[in-house]
Amino acid sequence: MLDHPKDFSFETFSGNRGLDQEEPPIFEIGRTDTSGVDIEEPAHLEPRLGALERKGPIGLPGLSEPEAMRHYVRLSRKNYSIDAGLYPLGSCTMKHNPRLNEKIARLAGFADLHPLQPQSTAQGALALMEELSRWLLTLTGMSAIALSPKAGAHGELCGLMAIESALAARGEAQTRKVVLIPQSAHGTNPASAALLGFQPRVIEAGADGVVSEEAVAKALGPDVAAIMLTNPNTCGLFERNIVAIARRVHEAGGYFYCDGANFNAIAGVARPGDMGVDAMHLNLHKTFSTPHGGGGPGSGPVVFSERLAPFAPVPFLLREGETLRLVEHGDGAQSFGRLTAFHGQFGTFVRALAYILSHGADGLAQASRDAVLSANYLRVALRDVMTQPFGDRLCMHEVLFDDSFLEGTGVSTLDFAKAMIDEGYHPMTIYFPLVVHGAMLIEPTESESKRSLDLFVATMRDLIASAKRGETRRFTEAPRHAPRRRLDETAAARKPVLRWSAS
Amino acid sequence: MRYLPLTDVDRTQMREAIGVADFAALYADVPSELLLEAPLDLPRAKSEIEVERLLSAMAKRNLSAASAPFFIGAGAYRHHIPASVDHLIQRSEFLTSYTPYQPEISQGTLQYLFEFQTQVAMLTGMEIANASMYDGSTACAEAALMAHRITKRRKAILSGGLHPHYADVLRTISHFAGDEIVALAPDVRAREDIASAIDDSVSCVILQTPDVFGNLRDLAPIAEACHRHGALLVAVFTEAVSLGLLKSPGEMGADITVGEGQSLGNPLSFGGPYLGLFATRQSHLRQTPGRLIGETVDADGRRGYVVTLSAREQHIRRDKATSNICTNSNLCALAFSIHLSLLGEAGLRRLARANHASAVDLVDRLASVAGVETLNESFFNEFTLRVPGDAARLVEAMAEQGVLAGVPVSRLLPDAGLDDLLIVASTEVDTVEDREAFVAAMRGAL
Repeated sequence: MLDHPKDFSFETFSGNRGLDQEEPPIFEIGRTDTSGVDIEEPAHLEPRLGALERKGPIGLPGLSEPEAMRHYVRLSRKNYSIDAGLYPLGSCTMKHNPRLNEKIARLAGFADLHPLQPQSTAQGALALMEELSRWLLTLTGMSAIALSPKAGAHGELCGLMAIESALAARGEAQTRKVVLIPQSAHGTNPASAALLGFQPRVIEAGADGVVSEEAVAKALGPDVAAIMLTNPNTCGLFERNIVAIARRVHEAGGYFYCDGANFNAIAGVARPGDMGVDAMHLNLHKTFSTPHGGGGPGSGPVVFSERLAPFAPVPFLLREGETLRLVEHGDGAQSFGRLTAFHGQFGTFVRALAYILSHGADGLAQASRDAVLSANYLRVALRDVMTQPFGDRLCMHEVLFDDSFLEGTGVSTLDFAKAMIDEGYHPMTIYFPLVVHGAMLIEPTESESKRSLDLFVATMRDLIASAKRGETRRFTEAPRHAPRRRLDETAAARKPVLRWSAS
Repeated sequence: MRYLPLTDVDRTQMREAIGVADFAALYADVPSELLLEAPLDLPRAKSEIEVERLLSAMAKRNLSAASAPFFIGAGAYRHHIPASVDHLIQRSEFLTSYTPYQPEISQGTLQYLFEFQTQVAMLTGMEIANASMYDGSTACAEAALMAHRITKRRKAILSGGLHPHYADVLRTISHFAGDEIVALAPDVRAREDIASAIDDSVSCVILQTPDVFGNLRDLAPIAEACHRHGALLVAVFTEAVSLGLLKSPGEMGADITVGEGQSLGNPLSFGGPYLGLFATRQSHLRQTPGRLIGETVDADGRRGYVVTLSAREQHIRRDKATSNICTNSNLCALAFSIHLSLLGEAGLRRLARANHASAVDLVDRLASVAGVETLNESFFNEFTLRVPGDAARLVEAMAEQGVLAGVPVSRLLPDAGLDDLLIVASTEVDTVEDREAFVAAMRGAL
């Protein structure tokens, strides 16, 4: 075992450890009279502010440019990133972020464009939105698209709003208030449904990890507005009964919302439109690699079936000969209205289209196949030492293990994850989906070389052997080699300190 | 394909290891009738040069703010972004990391969000702030929902100075959530009587300052009226730089303050991604939506940060969550925070004064244009003009002369009969020559 870093031989005067440097908050290094931006003071100014001018101090610290560079560079080095290593966070799709996409998004013709400038002066931007729409509609086999949703969860709202509008047009909005949601769904699904006044009704998956036609049929009734199904699902499995489920839902008068978070497994390989889907969001930051940025911004365009297309939100694009027009007001039509100011996450549209054009239809399909291939490669390489909740079977782009293999070792899923940090890996998604005990959801994506996958397997096997040998402290005391050791989350929640204060 | 590391030899070896003969066998769980037989009718892969050529051509078809005297605002503003901001946010560790699920290796993100929360709280004069939301308009809708939860009432009054897109977003959410909206008529001169619309059934008043027409609003009397009736005041701003010069919403009694943070650190980018700022009182903490970062210590007693109070959030509470929001607008929040750290209080105040001075100068120049009237008694860096005839046509005509003149009110409110109104913004990036060009182009077009 390694010595505990508290051991005095590891202590340094500064608190730094070589390249791992401590960095206090800006409030302890900046000064309110310092600035890293030179702005000329207006020569003479007679304010037109009425009586609303600020009098008191704000307290905001300033940093000179060198200080700011050092502060943020030091902070950056306390983060794990895809660029630095395998980031197998299941359901999050941490794939490579091409820098070409960043370069294109920064062209003045895109980045320095105002959403409300005359549309005649932004036809190139509208053309980009049209081209992205064409790709997304063709890839999904759907009829209409709303580009404006800001993230996946916002897309869920968008889809459910279109569904409720369609029900209202049929006079059934008041009677159909139930949304069927499998237990394994992302938490956003029930939260989105509840926000709009729907009651989530949980449906159980079978022993094989997927939802059966019978389970859905049993839950259906005249009170059901829709089903929300993630496909491939959060257990990394394709919902193989999807066509029959969609048929049942439609026969019962409901709509089919598909959570498209995992579209990256099937892009270019199969189309949700062929599966009976009525609405689905696409996470551009996942499947189409607009970067995750530490947790956002996301981007969640929604594609619609013909049945829901008329209810899509504003704005939407219309082509009038050579001219593109962005329709920004409903004008009394069936559109359910506006979801956000302006037109959506345009900067991510640029990045997504650059990603899509780079891959082409062939490259997108290959990326999907490589993602599935890599996940299955990890599955077979680990199946003899880890345990799979639904038996040893093919998975899609991510492979799910439970914690049975750790039974009796004194090592929990959390401990195991923390030991992976010491080995230089970001842990997989843990304790999600909730249907599996001590879940570990591994998504390698298509961005890993075989060498990288093999190293990961070797490391995982070594960790597992170590846990089984009873080297518990390697896990329970991990991480040791991270900028911080385990943090006290209970204390943080008990007495929340959400802002810096001088004390 | 340059982004895919696996070679065909790798793929064959991996398929053999798995025991599948081909890719179809790998997708055995997908019913065969769903698998595409032929590639979709879409173009093939392109080299970096080809993609750059294609998309640059699209970019060139747009008239960018950099290439014309530029005076458009109405919820998104053009400001100078220091070069170091864009450099720093492209650090791999910021750009290509995700939600800080593992705090031990996410301290960079967690610390800058903690700093961001503090900066937002200071700037707005509020006690706490969250780690950002999608944008100003959705933050505003979340504020209304939060007010409903706190007051257990379901009626929001919208000021007629609220950005029409924000009002539309509120209408959409309220319609589906079954809440009530009372939207006051568009209020170009800030003369509406909000106080008399408030009674004991009202959950919140949503009031923007500077309002969409550029008027500065005193929130204090409305806050007082709200509190008399057990209602909350939701203060809204779309121009964060204004807070460098104006009384903060907290100072004037706001209970929740929401705003658009794009002005600091983030390019216009045709409308997004931006970031929503969300701040409130400590006492409303448990009803606050979105991600919150808190300070704590690690096993060695060293200061560190974690995502906290997650029990409010959808991944734990599911249908009982305070919001369905999952992401924040993290990278945009970082850009905001870096820009504000670079400015500091002194820099922010200077920046705000430079903006105000620019707008004052333009208003003064416009006084000499016959038939054009500035409607504002007070303003920050944006104001509304009454022009002879149709403002939208005027804007098109000025665009043909290479000046991006502003937002015709009819673009935001097509049915309000306000077709002769033009919202004009002037920021620190405008030069005297730009403002001269504006006045000349307007004279020429009228």
